[in-house]
Amino acid sequence: WILFQVHCHLIFLFFSASSQINFVLLISRQGKVRLTKWYSPYTQKERTKVIRELSGLILTRGPKLCNFVEWRGYKVVYRRYASLYFCMCIDADDNELEVLEIIHHFVEILDRYFGSVCELDLIFNFHKAYYVLDEILISGELQESSKKNVARLIAAQDSLVEAAKEEAGSISNIIAQATK
Amino acid sequence: PPPSPPFPLLQIHPPSSSSPLPACFLPAPTTPAARSRELPPPPPRPRRALARAPRDPKLDTVEKIVEDFASDMALNPFSSGTRLRDMIRAIRACKTAAEERAVVRRECAAIRAAISGDGQDLRHRNMAKLMFIHMLGYPTHFGQMECLKLIAAAGYPEKRIGYLGLMLLLDERQEVLMLVTNSLKQDLNHSNQFIVGLALCALGNICSAEMARDLAPEVERLMRSRDANTKKKAALCSVRIVRKVPDLAENFMGLAASLLKEKHHGVLISAVQLCTELCKASKDALEYLRKNCIEGLVRILRDVSNSSYAPEYDVAGISDPFLHIRVLKLMRMLGQGDADCSDYMNDILAQVATKTESNKNAGNAILYECVETIMGIEATSGLRVLAINILGRFLSNRDNNIRYVALNILMRAITVDAQAVQRHRVTILECVKDADASIRKRALDLVYLLVNDTNVKPLTKELVDYLQVADPDFKEDLTAKICSIAEKFSQEKLWYLDQMFKVLSLAGNHVKDDVWHALIVVISNASELQGYSVRSLYTALQAYSEQGSLLRVAVWCIGEYGEMLVNNVGMLEAEGPITVTESDAVDAVELGLNRYSPDVTTRSMCLVALLKLSSRFPSMSERIKQIVSQNKENMVLELQQRSIEFGSIIQRHQSIRSSLLERMPVLDEAAYLVKRASATQATIPAYKPAAVTPGGLKLPNGVAKPAAAPLVDLLDLSSDDAPVTSAASATTAPSDFLQDLLGIGGTNLSTAGAPSSASTDILMDLLSMGSSPSQNGLPSPGLSSPALGKSNSNRNNDLIFCFCSHY
Repeated sequence: WILFQVHCHLIFLFFSASSQINFVLLISRQGKVRLTKWYSPYTQKERTKVIRELSGLILTRGPKLCNFVEWRGYKVVYRRYASLYFCMCIDADDNELEVLEIIHHFVEILDRYFGSVCELDLIFNFHKAYYVLDEILISGELQESSKKNVARLIAAQDSLVEAAKEEAGSISNIIAQATK
Repeated sequence: PPPSPPFPLLQIHPPSSSSPLPACFLPAPTTPAARSRELPPPPPRPRRALARAPRDPKLDTVEKIVEDFASDMALNPFSSGTRLRDMIRAIRACKTAAEERAVVRRECAAIRAAISGDGQDLRHRNMAKLMFIHMLGYPTHFGQMECLKLIAAAGYPEKRIGYLGLMLLLDERQEVLMLVTNSLKQDLNHSNQFIVGLALCALGNICSAEMARDLAPEVERLMRSRDANTKKKAALCSVRIVRKVPDLAENFMGLAASLLKEKHHGVLISAVQLCTELCKASKDALEYLRKNCIEGLVRILRDVSNSSYAPEYDVAGISDPFLHIRVLKLMRMLGQGDADCSDYMNDILAQVATKTESNKNAGNAILYECVETIMGIEATSGLRVLAINILGRFLSNRDNNIRYVALNILMRAITVDAQAVQRHRVTILECVKDADASIRKRALDLVYLLVNDTNVKPLTKELVDYLQVADPDFKEDLTAKICSIAEKFSQEKLWYLDQMFKVLSLAGNHVKDDVWHALIVVISNASELQGYSVRSLYTALQAYSEQGSLLRVAVWCIGEYGEMLVNNVGMLEAEGPITVTESDAVDAVELGLNRYSPDVTTRSMCLVALLKLSSRFPSMSERIKQIVSQNKENMVLELQQRSIEFGSIIQRHQSIRSSLLERMPVLDEAAYLVKRASATQATIPAYKPAAVTPGGLKLPNGVAKPAAAPLVDLLDLSSDDAPVTSAASATTAPSDFLQDLLGIGGTNLSTAGAPSSASTDILMDLLSMGSSPSQNGLPSPGLSSPALGKSNSNRNNDLIFCFCSHY
């Protein structure tokens, strides 16, 4: 019994859940990077290397295989949506199935926000994709499980920006008129 | 670059094997009224991209873009520079890297000018451009200060893009980050909750330890805010703070516990994650939470599990699976090692385990977490049975993801209940042969953990059988594992040899050097199996000559034990006699030398083997001499040298030849294993000049090093000035392996007679003769031939010395 408890403690030390996503990567079928978000410290050089390695690993996997690859002692969960691969890197003892759900959560929110989102949207409005991601994850942890809430928050912030733009726009119109 | 097709991401379900995706989110409301209620107007698609057929890149040339914004400038004199989307289009239209660099250079110049010119307008656009350029991989350090300025600006839009820039362009290791601390502090105290949110988000993503310490009090305060959005962000920000500065964990304990009483799911999830982090950071926090929160957690899980349909949180018919999973994880940490806690959770765990639907990924994710939790706490046997049942269902699921996850569970389960895992051995073996590389790898790891004395033989057989049909990239892993297993359980030498011969035949090219070295050590020590070995290897060689390691081991054995091969010496009961003539044996080695050798090492080994055979089969001497001398003009120095020198030995030195080439002394197995275990580095040190000691050359025995050396099994030249009995090995391995190789210089042989210093590298052993045999009481220590020393004709010594001094 004691041995068993000792075992359990060993497991605990070994496998304590960290539930942290280390980074998020969106790459196209051709290996182009559409979005990267790093929640662990990686230098620029390391990031390039990581992207290159993972692209090679993931883009070559066949369609019927499982959505997990082991890489450098971590696990990378990925799912392909049309021409984009959404990849999230987690620790070896995290729940891969949950991360698949997080990826889908993200995609559905993007879909709702952009209206039937496609890769072009993420290319030309990458900064907005980042805003969305920042409402879903902080420090690699999930922030909000309600798609409606995320949409509401983004909408509120977008309208703040719109309002500010209009105000600025109207001022410069006045100036333009005045200086004609 | 080919244009990205504008396929919506969610309409085309990827043809993956995973369980059907949760039903897509409801289509966006179509009536304008409904739209305006819920969503912001979708950002306008780049109009120009739509106007053109997306698949016609010719129209989007760089020239056209330049034209476009030139006309832009004419229309709107106040705009300076390109719009963001025009820059992106320009970059995408570039056909070569050089073009792209040119566009980026031009844009960067414009941005730099704008930044230093302190132009107030368009900072937003410039920052966005900078971020895009950064994503392409170009350096953007000059924009970092601009981020800071934007963050310090008053308006929300500037702050928003400024913080995004901060998170993208900087990371926590940069000193510039410290300058933001003040802005962050102000923004954390802002009245606008969205600005507070921006600051919390940035802090939570990239703060360093110092910043964490500085701003922790603000974050604590914000966790008490009335606004749910702020609370949840503050909680997650605290997660990072605690990670960076675990000492602060106690400050957050009470707050985290109180947040668990909230109703808002986002706050709950964040709070639960904070608690999890606190448990990891501090024992006190763990105790505190264990005492105060377990009831609340159980209640949360029960409520969400029992809750009725709520579209906001629904995923595939399950309400908020994320909350389920996070709570289960925290429960695991609290219940570990604590029987009371575990007891309290029993019912709800049973409920979740039985009630959760497992036809969709969300449900399976919850079940997975549940099983992990059950196995991690002090669960009742009833709960364990539930967990094993779920595991069984997962294992037989057709979905690759689920099976992968099942293998994970099994790996954990081994320490908890090894028997249960053994029962699934057959399924696991099936998984080793799966089409999916990830599953194969997992299964192989698992098999390795499962091997014990009782099942090692059938398991190894299965693995070896699979080796025949395995994918080439998997063969490497598989071979390594099989060899590892065989060595670990190699009490029965015959079985071990058989497995190794099979592996060499099927995957010799993937066998690592230290593995086949170990094999040779074993053969050398198993005198009763040497005949069997050489015969088996000879037979295998007929069919599998291209397998490099097989060739090497076989050739070494044929050279050493040639007469056993030809005379069927030491036949085992189960063996049938084979007919191999001396000529056949020489044929085999010759073929290896001329046709199948993949590298210089193997060729060298073939030459040495031939030399040995010339002594064992004197009738073949002439023929062997001819074969050997074919390499006299070989461009590789090593081979040329051997060829000439061996030829010379065969031709002119028959007197010493037989003693030169006597059977090698038994390689010291125990010492070899010890050395091998500790051998690490792989450098070949420079050659040090010979120090000839009186009475001839001495050969130190222990060798420093590893397999990288191709120089093998030279002539076993050595002589001891001292008589045989004192030909003991040096007690320490000299570090210069080349010295050992040649028996030049290095340490003197101690007369202590300790066999301990046998080589790390079997090859080195083969070369550096003259040690242990004396202790083993073997008749002639082979090459430490006193004959050599005694005969000591100057000519012989000169020959050896010259030979050796080439290195």
